[in-house]
Amino acid sequence: MVWVNDVIQGILTGGLYALFACGLSLMFGVMKVVNLAHGDLAVVGGYVALGVIAITHVPVLWSFIIVVPIMALLGYLVQRTLIQAALDRSILTTLLVTFGLSVVIENGLLQFVNADSHSLGVNNAIITASFSIGSQISIAYLLLLILVVAVAVLLGLQFFLSKSKYGRLIRAVADDKEAAQLSGVDYRHVFGIAAAIAFGSVALAGIAQGMYSQFAPTTGTDTILLFAFAAVVIGGLGSLWGTLVGGVVLGVAQEIGSQINSSDGFLAGYIIFLIVLLVRPQGLVARGATS
Amino acid sequence: MSLVAETTARSAENYRVTRSRRNVAWTGLFALAAVVVLYEFPYIVGPGTTTIITQAFIILTMASMWNLLAGYAGLVSVGQQVFVGLGAYIVLALNIHNISVFTALPVAVIGCGVAALPLWYLVSRLRSGYFAIATWVLASTVMLVIEKIGWLGSGTGLSLPHTPNVSAAVFTAYNYWCGLAVTVLAMLSVYLLLRSRLGLALTAIRDDEVAARSSGARVGLVRMLVFVIAGAGCGGAGAVLAISLPIVQPSAVFDVQWTAVMAFAVIIGGLGTIEGPILGTVVYMVLQQELQSYNVWYLIILGLVAIGVAIFARRGLWGLVDDHLHLRLFPVGYWLWDPASSGRRSRGLGLGRRRGRHS
Repeated sequence: MVWVNDVIQGILTGGLYALFACGLSLMFGVMKVVNLAHGDLAVVGGYVALGVIAITHVPVLWSFIIVVPIMALLGYLVQRTLIQAALDRSILTTLLVTFGLSVVIENGLLQFVNADSHSLGVNNAIITASFSIGSQISIAYLLLLILVVAVAVLLGLQFFLSKSKYGRLIRAVADDKEAAQLSGVDYRHVFGIAAAIAFGSVALAGIAQGMYSQFAPTTGTDTILLFAFAAVVIGGLGSLWGTLVGGVVLGVAQEIGSQINSSDGFLAGYIIFLIVLLVRPQGLVARGATS
Repeated sequence: MSLVAETTARSAENYRVTRSRRNVAWTGLFALAAVVVLYEFPYIVGPGTTTIITQAFIILTMASMWNLLAGYAGLVSVGQQVFVGLGAYIVLALNIHNISVFTALPVAVIGCGVAALPLWYLVSRLRSGYFAIATWVLASTVMLVIEKIGWLGSGTGLSLPHTPNVSAAVFTAYNYWCGLAVTVLAMLSVYLLLRSRLGLALTAIRDDEVAARSSGARVGLVRMLVFVIAGAGCGGAGAVLAISLPIVQPSAVFDVQWTAVMAFAVIIGGLGTIEGPILGTVVYMVLQQELQSYNVWYLIILGLVAIGVAIFARRGLWGLVDDHLHLRLFPVGYWLWDPASSGRRSRGLGLGRRRGRHS
């Protein structure tokens, strides 16, 4: 029964990891940029939520209505300026620039805010409440909500990419940006939109992280980026639904790892990542058609 | 290579191809003199200054290695701290078994080179950005494993139990000489590597990977070799670090900050040049010393400068020097002398130099 509980908890946290990962996967799928500052952006999202809640007194659960657009706008601007400038040089430059950005964000937060950990909505009943199945399994409403949100985000993204006008543009640019440009598409603008979606989703992940546990300036690189990346690789590079599979596998591995030894959760997750890298480098889900 | 052979064969009596524009003997002598002066430093300056220069040696070694990876082989590793940490822990582990730190140092270098092979096997399956994060995950994994080993001090770390029975000042000097030795060896290997046939392949990969592949350069093999050398070098730097630290702690030696520092030093100094990391290390040390009372400000500034340099001045500070003076302290390219201008307006052949944007 303990193990069943671990698997269930793992699947639930998998939703959070998928939310971390889908922006990373989208940016790579569309512009071939691996954003090394991705995890730090989730933390920035968390801090923005903290600020928004302090100023507007909006309920924590609804703070995303303000935070996500702010981060999406930031994403568009960063893509159109910094990342595009780097892309114009080379892929290597995008790595150098996003790594620089990551270090600047992390140390900027350390310098101008502080090293303390923050969490969002600790006194909120929905965030702390849970329901039980039997005597051993207790499911937190929050984790269930995060999983539902993650699935909703992935469904929404898939619908957006396959059905909407901008989705078609994004797919066209991802396939062949020169050809798309010849057809009259401003690929820079489309890149900006993709980055806006990625930043918006990672802001959502940051808020979820803040409600589920806590975040500090170093959380972005210590855990979020690496978990997001592990989820992407386990699931399969470039596959949107693969990130959910990867997130769930990572989550279950971590839960079972910490069941064996309370401090081994992270290690178990990374070992699963390395095993997948060793025996199935293309990931569990083969490259899908969605991205 | 073939281009050089062809050009020289076609008009051997008119054209001259040399390694450098200026006489290398002087730079060689200068380098030797610099090493001798640096060797004498602990007798001249106090232990405070020696400690700072030792730190510069550590950074310079790491930066030279990272430059080999990112600047030549096109491998952006964000997990080089794994070798810094392993090097430090090999020294600690051997020292616990009563082996002198000076014996442990070369063992750490070789050990990290050997450890790089299986790690390469894992991460080489991934390309560019994914390679970068995969090395990072590897570093975290190795750190988590080391934290589980009780006799190595678990997560809290240990200090070296059997240091030589000398005064603190003498020990600082020993540490300094270790740092100097590792740095000189690292720089010398990078220089000799780039002058070799393999270096030609590396330079070709740096300038255009596809062209290098189609010319027959064994890109995969060359990359593996560079990864191993960079692992050994960073292991050496980590070993010197372990000797200089009061306590060897996983979170300190496996810190991603090490990779940030080596990357910034290389980017600011000049990616893909031997001289760049030296200049970058000087910039890093000056900023760090000047701003160390303002917490992490120096990292923020270095990060911003590195972003700016990566976008606007791809070849870094050394690129600016090179553009104006055509100076190369470590000649690894070739220089073509045009007989028409009797050497006054000679031009580079493009093997050792790179101008403007490259993708």
